[in-house]
Amino acid sequence: MAAFHFELVAPERLIFAGEVEAVVVPGTEGEFTVLKDHAPLLSMLRPGVLEIDLSGAQRTRLFVRGGFAEVSAAGLTVLAEQAIALDELNAAELDAALRDAEEDIADAPTDEARRIATEQRDHLRELRAALQI
Amino acid sequence: MPSLKDLRNRIASVKATQKITKAMQMVAAAKLRRAQTAAEAARPYSERMEKVIAGVAHGMGAGAPAPALLRGTGHDGVYLFVVCTAERGLCGAFNSSIARLARDKAVALAAEGKTVKFLCVGKKGYDLLKRQFAPQILELIELRGVRQLGFEHADPVGRKIIELFDKGEFSICTLFFSRFRSVIVQIPTALQIIPVHVSEAPGSGAVYDFEPEPDELLSALLPRNISVQVFRALLENAASEQGARMSAMDNATRNAGEMIKKQTLKYNRTRQAMITKELIEIISGAEAL
Repeated sequence: MAAFHFELVAPERLIFAGEVEAVVVPGTEGEFTVLKDHAPLLSMLRPGVLEIDLSGAQRTRLFVRGGFAEVSAAGLTVLAEQAIALDELNAAELDAALRDAEEDIADAPTDEARRIATEQRDHLRELRAALQI
Repeated sequence: MPSLKDLRNRIASVKATQKITKAMQMVAAAKLRRAQTAAEAARPYSERMEKVIAGVAHGMGAGAPAPALLRGTGHDGVYLFVVCTAERGLCGAFNSSIARLARDKAVALAAEGKTVKFLCVGKKGYDLLKRQFAPQILELIELRGVRQLGFEHADPVGRKIIELFDKGEFSICTLFFSRFRSVIVQIPTALQIIPVHVSEAPGSGAVYDFEPEPDELLSALLPRNISVQVFRALLENAASEQGARMSAMDNATRNAGEMIKKQTLKYNRTRQAMITKELIEIISGAEAL
């Protein structure tokens, strides 16, 4: 399979940059897989698991929360608010994220913002249930 | 002529000061390394963000109605200056050079009949600006006691800016901070963040698919960009502050060293003069007998 350039960046630092074969991105409208020569796309992220398929059979899984994914001719760039390797993720982190989400709902200024915040929280809850930690 | 005791006291006090400045210099050097790594590590994010926004701005084409954050409100009557400075002094011209840049711009704009409002991040900038612009300062955000700057410190500032923008308090927002070039060189910088300054470099020209719809996505992306720019400014500032403090304290230590040298010389001269005087008195006393 052909490789393409992928970058995962958090506000504090560049987490991953390199050639990959496929990346599964948790978009707000559903998960999607990016392969080489994907059409240009800009998507928001929902809290979920980002899966990087490195060449060979290697896979890296990270928990990402909030942010954007951009696919262009140059490759895929994911700007995540937070990204944690899945094996380092623990219940406390998720709980903190959930608490943040609850706060966002509480002080959402408009109905629209509240709807988005509520969606985010529900995704987090689902994820917590799915990972069983 | 100061007495010997005065000179001794003076030397002791300069030595004590030198010890303090030396310690501050070393602390600043240690903090600088951390702040510099943090600033450099954060650069990719804001650079990618800029690229994405530039791509979107080009991709949307001229026809689409762009949000006000991207294209501006069309007015330019009211400006908001977000002035980021340090919480502490004793760092050379660091705070005053940022404040001076903001003040010069504000005065120039006021002469054109525009209104300028201020949002101060960091106490020192507030102290410097309040004398002249007190009624125009909307708020002071203190970051005192923040050990390691995180995105969570920048986000409230970004939100505050958006909130003011949505209320129609201003139409153009400029961020003032000091860009970290090196330990010796920090450049006070004014960066316009609303409307977003998009570089004219031609993007890939590709038309993006948006998920969800462009309006919804941009209304999340653009406020986020503001926070990111603020975060970057704060990190650059933190590194610059430590750099400036380090060189200021280095200077102070050197000056103290010179002063000690001069005072010691003076002390020794005075001491010898006293001895000579006493000897003369004894000899002439003996001769008189």
